[in-house]
Order: sequence, then C-alpha cells, then structure tokens
Amino acid sequence: MSLSAANMSTASPFEKLDPRTRLLAACALVLVIVSMRSLEGQAAALLLALAALRLSGLDLGLTGRRLMHVEGFMVALLILLPLTAPGPAAFTIGPLEISQRGLSRALSIILTVNAAVLSTLALLETLEPVRLARALASLGLPARLVHLLFFLIRYQSLLREEGLRLIEAMRARGFAGRLRVHTWRSYGNLVGMLLVRSVERAERVDEAMRCRGFSGRFPLRASQPMTRADAAFALVLFTVLALLLTFDRLA
Amino acid sequence: MSATEGAAFIELENVYVERAGVRVLDNVSLTLRAGDRLAVVGANGAGKTTLLRTITGLQKATSGTVRAFGRVRRTQEDFREVRIRAAYLFQDADDQLFCPTVLEDVAFGPLNMGLNEQAALEKANATLAFLGMEHLGERITRRLSGGEKRLVCLAGVLAMEPDVLLLDEPTNSLDAKHVEKLMTVLSSLDKSMIIVSHDRPILDRLATRAVRMKDCRLEPAVLHRHPHVHEHLHVHVGEDHA
Repeated sequence: MSLSAANMSTASPFEKLDPRTRLLAACALVLVIVSMRSLEGQAAALLLALAALRLSGLDLGLTGRRLMHVEGFMVALLILLPLTAPGPAAFTIGPLEISQRGLSRALSIILTVNAAVLSTLALLETLEPVRLARALASLGLPARLVHLLFFLIRYQSLLREEGLRLIEAMRARGFAGRLRVHTWRSYGNLVGMLLVRSVERAERVDEAMRCRGFSGRFPLRASQPMTRADAAFALVLFTVLALLLTFDRLA
Repeated sequence: MSATEGAAFIELENVYVERAGVRVLDNVSLTLRAGDRLAVVGANGAGKTTLLRTITGLQKATSGTVRAFGRVRRTQEDFREVRIRAAYLFQDADDQLFCPTVLEDVAFGPLNMGLNEQAALEKANATLAFLGMEHLGERITRRLSGGEKRLVCLAGVLAMEPDVLLLDEPTNSLDAKHVEKLMTVLSSLDKSMIIVSHDRPILDRLATRAVRMKDCRLEPAVLHRHPHVHEHLHVHVGEDHA
C-alpha cells in the first residue's frame, strides 16, 4: 500500500467494492494461500494472484518494482535453504551439496510469498489510505491504532517534504554524500533535525486540536452499507477459494 | 485608543511570561472589547505569537491576570471555554488541518462542542457554503493548495461560532487571489479580532486600532489611513511593454 497517489489512477473493478469487502477478501486470500500444502496448489495460487492483478489493471511495471523489495528479502533464503536443509542431495556443485528438500522448500516459499503479496496488492493497492483506515475502524480495529494511522497518513508526506527540503538545503551548500566522517555527521544532524521538527509539529497539532475543544474523544464517521456487488464478489471469491483448496488437497 | 463601549471580551493585566528563564512578555496589559479589531505589529520574536498563546492558555502566564469573557482564567479547564469563544487561527495551516477530509476537519470543533454527528456535519457544510467552498467538502486535506488550506482552517474555527478571532499572520504565504478572498471574508465578519501581521496594507484595511510589540512590551501604535504617493516597482508577466 502506498501513501502516494502514484498508482491510483487505474480504474480497478475492485473500486466498486466496499473497502471492508476488499480487506476481508485480501485476508481470506492470504489465509488460503498460506494453507496450500502442495507445490501444485501453491503454483495455482500464484496463477490466481496474477489473474487478480491483471483484473485490477494495476501498472505492472510499478507493481514489479514494488515486488522487488520483497524479493530482496528472499534472496538470502533462496541461497541458504538448498545448502543447509537436511536430506538427500539433488545434485552437487563441487564441494556443495544441494539438498532436494531445501530446493522444494525454497520454491514453495517463493510461490507462497509472491502469491500472497500480489493478491494483496491487486485488492488493496488502489484503495485510498483514508478509506482503508476507516474500513479498519469499522471492522473493529482499536480506535487508538486507527487514529495513529490517520495521523500517519496526514503527516508522513509533510515529514517527507521537510526531509527533502533539508537535503536540498544541504546540497545547495555543496553537500555530496561521500564516504567520510563529515557525511555521516551531516546525516546524523539531518535525522536529528527531522526528529526535533516532528516533535514540534506534533506539539503544535496538539495545541491546534485543543484550541478547537478537543478533549480526548475522536469523532469517526459512520460507514456506508454494503451493496449487492459486495455479496456477488464474496460469492465468487468463496467458490474460487474452495476450488483452490480442493485442487491442493487432491494434488 | 478609543473604543470604550462594548463589553470587554479579553483583558490582560500586567502579564509577564518567562520561558526557560527568558522573558517573552514584559508587563503586558491589553483590553479587547466587542467590535474591536486590534492589530498587533512588531518585529520577529517580539512576542506577538506568545501574546495569542497566553490569551488561549497554551502559554501559562508567569504572573499577572488573564481575564476572558468576564472571568479570570488560570487552569486548563478555565481556558477550554476561552479557546472555543476566542478561536485561534494558527500560522501554519498544516498544524491545524489534521482530519482526513475537509468536511471532517470543519466538523471537528462542533463535534467537540457536543453537537451530534448529523448536526456537526450540517454546521460544517453551512460554514463551507458561507465561505463559498462547499465543493471542497470531500477533498483530502493534505492535497489542498496552500490558499485552500488557510480558508478551510478559517472555516474550522468559524464553525465554532466564536466571539473573537485570533489571527496569527493570516495572509502569510498566500497568493494575491487568496489574500483578497480572505480579506473579503474577514472584513464581512461581525467579530472582534486580534490580528498579528507584518502586512501593513492588510492591517490598514481590517483593523480599528493598533498596538506594537517591542522587546516583549506593548506600546500604542497609530494606524493611518490617508492617500499615499508611492513609487512602485512592478512585475508584469505576459504583457508587452514597448
């Protein structure tokens, strides 16, 4: 989920659904995906995720770049698992034994993680963060966490801009990120300054809220009722997930 | 200083404020009556913002009396009522706009005053309509332009129907179009005001009297309204000057 509007121009058919339906659908999908037992089932889940992604009309390039963050984490796993898992070797490269179980484990993890991430992206990427927060609130997320999320949505872009302005101001005075003590000290000052400014901003926001009579209770808006489209989508999703589970257990 | 009629909304008497051992207000006395529009001018750091913060109790007076709406105010509880009746428009609109959407932000004050959701939203809509901004209601606050943000902030404080407006550099960083709009709205309002600003033309248009903050002290200042003969340096864009 991005807090920027970069990927929100697409006309996803999921936009017609209630945000709560999309959240619950994403949860259901991820639950079913991680409960796949066979490689075939996991592969089928990935195909399903890809189909959902196609349906959502997201920019594939941008989604791919976003996925790279996830793949980065998995590289280490991919290299280590086949080398360290016990059991018979599939083949050897010089002194290294590549374990058969390790290979299938690694493959299984790649399929599962990608299927889960892609289906979540397909369902939630285009969801406006504010609507996501409201949906979470009406699904019973504690009010305190919802407020934290609201403040994060409201102020992260300001904080980012403040950081960028500071970096630009540094560059305007000839700063270049070279590898020397001065560089690290400057980055330290930058982070420190951002922290100080955030605290000051938080204090001013708090004062502004008190000036408008805030006394601890946060008003939240009531949510809209679900529609027939939500019911239809839920039915389709349920059928597909049931088929997927059956296929997995038979494979 | 002329205005003597009308009830005193706000009275400071020999107020001192010290912050971290440094004096920021030095023996300040001031009276704001119904109908007053008081301009506060002065250099940066002279204590103008501190003056507004002291009136609303965000800054505690070290000594002296803050009297507002007929009562002496000391505790945070005392100041709660003051903050609703003397609404403070902050210098930085981003500090004030914290709700996701414009409508929710404008409804925030009325909800805190005890209105139910329906009534608060109606009040918010009516206030936005009064400012000619009803079309902004569903917009996400952080995506507004600077000028829109300032006007939505104003809607947020007007929705509480205050008697007094405390305006801290209201025209700061606004473009000419939004300055004009803000000025039109402010001069049409039948409310007492304290206006902190560097913008002399704005103060000349809006204020009924003026004080100057200098070295943390308040001294009388004169507003003058007479035709000027100026020498101007103009920037013209897109016009052909042969």
